[in-house]
Amino acid sequence: MTKVRSLADLKKLKEEVQSKIKLREKGDHPENLIQIKVSMATCGIASGAKETMNFMIEELDHQGIDALVTQTGCMGFCYAEPTIELTMPGKQPVIYGYVDKQKAQEIIDRHIKMNELVDGIIPVNYKTIDD
Amino acid sequence: MADYKMHVLVCGGTGCKASQSELIKKNFQNQLEERGLDQDVQVIHTGCFGFCEQGPIVKIQPDNTFYVGVTPEDSREIVEEHLIKGRKVERLLYTDPTTLGQITESKNMDFYKKQVRVALRNCGFINPENIEEYIGNNGYAALGKCLEELSPEQAIQTIIDSGLRGRGGGGFPTGLKWDITRKVEHEQKYVVCNADEGDPGAFMDRSILEGDPHTVIEAMAICGYCIGANKGLVYIRAEYPLAIQRLKTALRQARQYGLLGQNILGTDFDFDIEIRYGAGAFVCGEETALIHSMEGKRGEPTFKPPFPSQEGYLGKPTNVNNVETFANVPPIITKGAEWFSSIGTEKSKGTKVFALAGKINNVGLIEVPMGTTLREVIYDIGGGIKNGKEFKSVQTGGPSGGCLTKAFLDTPIDYDNLLAAGSMMGSGGMIVMDEDDCMVSIAKFYLEFTLDESCGKCTPCRIGNKRLHEILEKITEGKGTPEDLTKLRMLSHVIKDSSLCGLGQTSPNPVLSTLDNFMHEYEAHINDSTCPAGQCKALLQYIIDDEKCTGCTLCFRNCPVGAISGEKRSPHYIDQTLCIKCGACYEKCKFDAIKIA
Amino acid sequence: MEMINLTIDNKSIVVKKGTTILEAAASIGVDIPTLCHMHLHDMNIENKPGGCRVCVVEVKGRRNLAPACCTEATEGMEISSHSIRAINARRTIVELILSDHPSDCLVCAKSGNCELQDLAHHLGIREIHYQGEQSHYREDTSPAIIREMDKCILCRRCETMCNEVQTVGVLSTINRGFEAVVSPAFEMNLDHSSCTYCGQCVAVCPTGALTEVDQTGAVIRALSDPEKTVVVQTAPAVRAALGEEFGLPAGTLVTGKMAAALRRLGFNYVFDTDFAADLTIMEEGTELLERLNKYLAGDQNVKLPILTSCCPAWVKFFEHHFPELKDIPSTARSPQQMFGSIAKTYFADKMQVKRENLVVVSIMPCVAKKYESSREEFSVDGNPDVDYALTTRELAQLINLANIDFKSLPDEEFDQPLGESTGAGVIFGTTGGVIEAAVRTAYEVQTGKSLDRLDFEELRGMEGLRKATIDFDGLPINIGIAHGLGNARKLLEEIKNGKSEFHAIEIMSCPGGCIGGGGQPYHHGNVEILKKRQKALYAEDQSKTIRKSHENPYIKKLYEEFLGEPLSDKAHHLLHTEYFDRS
Repeated sequence: MTKVRSLADLKKLKEEVQSKIKLREKGDHPENLIQIKVSMATCGIASGAKETMNFMIEELDHQGIDALVTQTGCMGFCYAEPTIELTMPGKQPVIYGYVDKQKAQEIIDRHIKMNELVDGIIPVNYKTIDD
Repeated sequence: MADYKMHVLVCGGTGCKASQSELIKKNFQNQLEERGLDQDVQVIHTGCFGFCEQGPIVKIQPDNTFYVGVTPEDSREIVEEHLIKGRKVERLLYTDPTTLGQITESKNMDFYKKQVRVALRNCGFINPENIEEYIGNNGYAALGKCLEELSPEQAIQTIIDSGLRGRGGGGFPTGLKWDITRKVEHEQKYVVCNADEGDPGAFMDRSILEGDPHTVIEAMAICGYCIGANKGLVYIRAEYPLAIQRLKTALRQARQYGLLGQNILGTDFDFDIEIRYGAGAFVCGEETALIHSMEGKRGEPTFKPPFPSQEGYLGKPTNVNNVETFANVPPIITKGAEWFSSIGTEKSKGTKVFALAGKINNVGLIEVPMGTTLREVIYDIGGGIKNGKEFKSVQTGGPSGGCLTKAFLDTPIDYDNLLAAGSMMGSGGMIVMDEDDCMVSIAKFYLEFTLDESCGKCTPCRIGNKRLHEILEKITEGKGTPEDLTKLRMLSHVIKDSSLCGLGQTSPNPVLSTLDNFMHEYEAHINDSTCPAGQCKALLQYIIDDEKCTGCTLCFRNCPVGAISGEKRSPHYIDQTLCIKCGACYEKCKFDAIKIA
Repeated sequence: MEMINLTIDNKSIVVKKGTTILEAAASIGVDIPTLCHMHLHDMNIENKPGGCRVCVVEVKGRRNLAPACCTEATEGMEISSHSIRAINARRTIVELILSDHPSDCLVCAKSGNCELQDLAHHLGIREIHYQGEQSHYREDTSPAIIREMDKCILCRRCETMCNEVQTVGVLSTINRGFEAVVSPAFEMNLDHSSCTYCGQCVAVCPTGALTEVDQTGAVIRALSDPEKTVVVQTAPAVRAALGEEFGLPAGTLVTGKMAAALRRLGFNYVFDTDFAADLTIMEEGTELLERLNKYLAGDQNVKLPILTSCCPAWVKFFEHHFPELKDIPSTARSPQQMFGSIAKTYFADKMQVKRENLVVVSIMPCVAKKYESSREEFSVDGNPDVDYALTTRELAQLINLANIDFKSLPDEEFDQPLGESTGAGVIFGTTGGVIEAAVRTAYEVQTGKSLDRLDFEELRGMEGLRKATIDFDGLPINIGIAHGLGNARKLLEEIKNGKSEFHAIEIMSCPGGCIGGGGQPYHHGNVEILKKRQKALYAEDQSKTIRKSHENPYIKKLYEEFLGEPLSDKAHHLLHTEYFDRS
């Protein structure tokens, strides 16, 4: 267990984490680079985000696609839950809304495997503090 | 595997669909197929861009060209000019309303700067159950900066200079609150996070705790360092199980990483946080009531002074801030007061999270700089009114707020403007109403809420609100009199003027603001016995249109109270004295012969 | 001391920092009406939830009206107590309260003594503009107290008394909004709760929501029954307060007029509980000395301190909250019950009246006495030793009913043999009195010497907790006194933890002792009234020729003729009792 004993420790840990993330993004294993974040706040879970997440993990596994599926908080698009953010290697992240199993299957089959976009992209309309 | 070189994104939001965006997509597809480009360019529908006023929207990637007001006929031109020849179709480009210049790239559009995520910066971005993701995203850097570089006074000064005000409703300057608590000398002080979110429709605090719990922990520790407290308490409603679970996980991780506990970051600063559960009483969002509830007493407010900063939890100096307020603190410390105060208006700095709800297309959580207008929020971000209906009113500030009309759509949102308009910021609930909403019923709805949630301690709130509600009930039943309007107004003023806590002092706001802005609706109920929005059941009349009625007897057979009579194959009739307005006949009639008047 | 300058209704005033607007206004004759507020100065009892909002005033520059009772005066404040805004709010608030209050003033037990009625009158309310649904609750009756919550205005005074002063913790507000009401937990009945029936909630209730069980009807029936011999006993504290019900100044002693009135009401014998108080001293004092001497002789089985047991609410309190200490209090019954027991044996025999035809009525400053008289162990074959226990207020009601002009009555004496009492019996009615009476007797019995000083000033006063050491001719006896059950709890905790330094402790449930009892004329928050009643009792003690219980000639006679000696078998049977675990 990392124990952060000083500010220097904290900074070091931050850099480690960031380089890990960067490694993930620019690493030499392109097949490792597919990242999926599932919005798992109460609104998302209530709309079936857990099922979506489980389905994606299982289906990707089943198809032998190496992807990193993680959970995250509310993206704010409550009208379109469950929402996921998909980042393909070297590409900008894309957010999909109303991702039920069927949609998830379509995203895996077409976006992840065929590199096509799928209907239902939510245009991101905000900037964060670092923009 | 297809390798598309370009994408045409056609907005598939409700607003744009209504303007034939389906056909636009189809036309694009046809154009591309005709030219054999369908393997190079992919056309897809997207969700709402939120920019419905200028719809339909078409975006071309990868060059991010943003076309507005596109018609199905325009698809040919875009394909020929833009996709084939690489020349943008200028007449369809978005025109900046201020500079009148055309903007091609969406990221340069004002529209895309409308939302700025400060409090929500990590929500939907990091994994809330992994502290390392938070740290990797500059987490706990603010706490580190405070402990290493800033004295408590300097840190508080930063918060004061930033202009941050309480996001829970009252809008008290946060830095000032900290400073007052710091100056009260006591060996034991407390930092309390108010996570008793209770406004109907508001859920930003829950989302922050679910999506970014560490930001709250970090901010509470910073606050503890500033005011001289080593104990923090999060008062959270037990109905938020996921937020509680995420918070617990985050607390455990923070302790494991030494970011809570003793000698944090090698300094002599100790701080830890405990969770206290609320049973979901709205009034427990009031800080004195919250403190009583944490102490195991009846959750009801007491008179201030003494303020919690003087005598709070267990009689000790206590600083209470709300979740969203805390979520703003770490970035202020790391990025500086100037950065924060550059966002927003003169007296309201930074951003505010709103929970958009009601008759709006993009229901959800948004964060905009203070000073954004209601119009921008509703039309540009919220995607406008559902089903193309007419906007009637927007209710802000939850049950304590007011209902604002069209006339206020261009009012920049900040604490003072909303107050001046007869509403308030509150915790950020924003409920949009359309032409189908009856404003008398809306006022009644909010009053029902306060009636249920009043603690009952003081007379004006306990009995006064009950009487207000009874008068509104009378009016919606068509039994109101013109004197009732005077009574409503007078009683509302006394309740506002003499109630013990913020709940009572603001509870008549929905009544007063609807009286001010929608008097004609009240008058219609009273003078004409009609509900203009057709919502008040008691004022509805189901009538059978003789022309359309075929005498099929379906309505007759379905009426539960036997109010319908008539001969087979001749027009039927509804006895209004017997009708209970259940609507069964209306739903059953296959000939559209039953009308609501 | 920091001083604050402010103006109230255009009058300038300088007050100490910390003064409320209400206090500041009162000091210059601006009498701002209040309803929920109650402040018993010197006794540390205050109820100011700021809930009723009747006292709201306009403060210049403030957004809202300010409640005068809990807003502190600040420098430069400009206050208007009667601006149109303040008056309008105040009247509207009272109208709102009235709109949720039964309009049965004419037949309400509290009529004429109701603070809400007074307020409505004071503000000239002639119409209730906001009518609507009224709260309805199930009426809750118990052996002593009736709760009629339809009349509750949520002033929370009862809660303050029950929780903070008495630490009994039975009453608290439940539910929310319009449904909020004061109630025992889970809306159980009072008689299923751990209520001690101390009646302090009744004493402070501004309306008719809390009242005592009315037994006047039963007493009138008994008085008009030719078969019955009806005797009455009057507790010491009654004589110091009854006059208030007839407009006499607080602290007026009406012992003689009271005896005259009772006789005119038709009681066959007018006796005095003070006699039984002297008897109590004989039993309790002897028990004290017995336990003390055994203790001093090193007997490990004897427990000290000994606690007085005259107060029925106190007895019920420790039965609920400290059952493990139930062998500590004296086993002596209260004076009321000793009287009943002696009346229905010794006196009934003497008069040759059958037990069932003798009706014992007691006049008590107390509502718990109603409950005490109903306890099973105080009846023989279903016939209670004391049939009816009326409060001071109920007696006044009876006197009015009998068309008696109380003020013009001559002074009359009590009847004998159960009407003779000493000064020691009289002071039973105030805090410190029982133990002082006990000391007077115990000292002389223990030391064999005669006291040259009878006024034990060190035992008197109004402090909630007092202690004194009395020199029993070289033997220091540590005495503790508590009034108010919250104070009693502190001493009991000490005993429980083995830390008590006392040999004997006097406990009375009501602040001030019986003079402040739940059955006394309403003091409406004026603590001066209690002090005057206390003074009156000490004055009556002073005026008595015999001031030590063991010198009461009729007590001596009672032992000679009937009981034998204190703590004899007969005395045990008739004058002592046992306690039960009610936890």
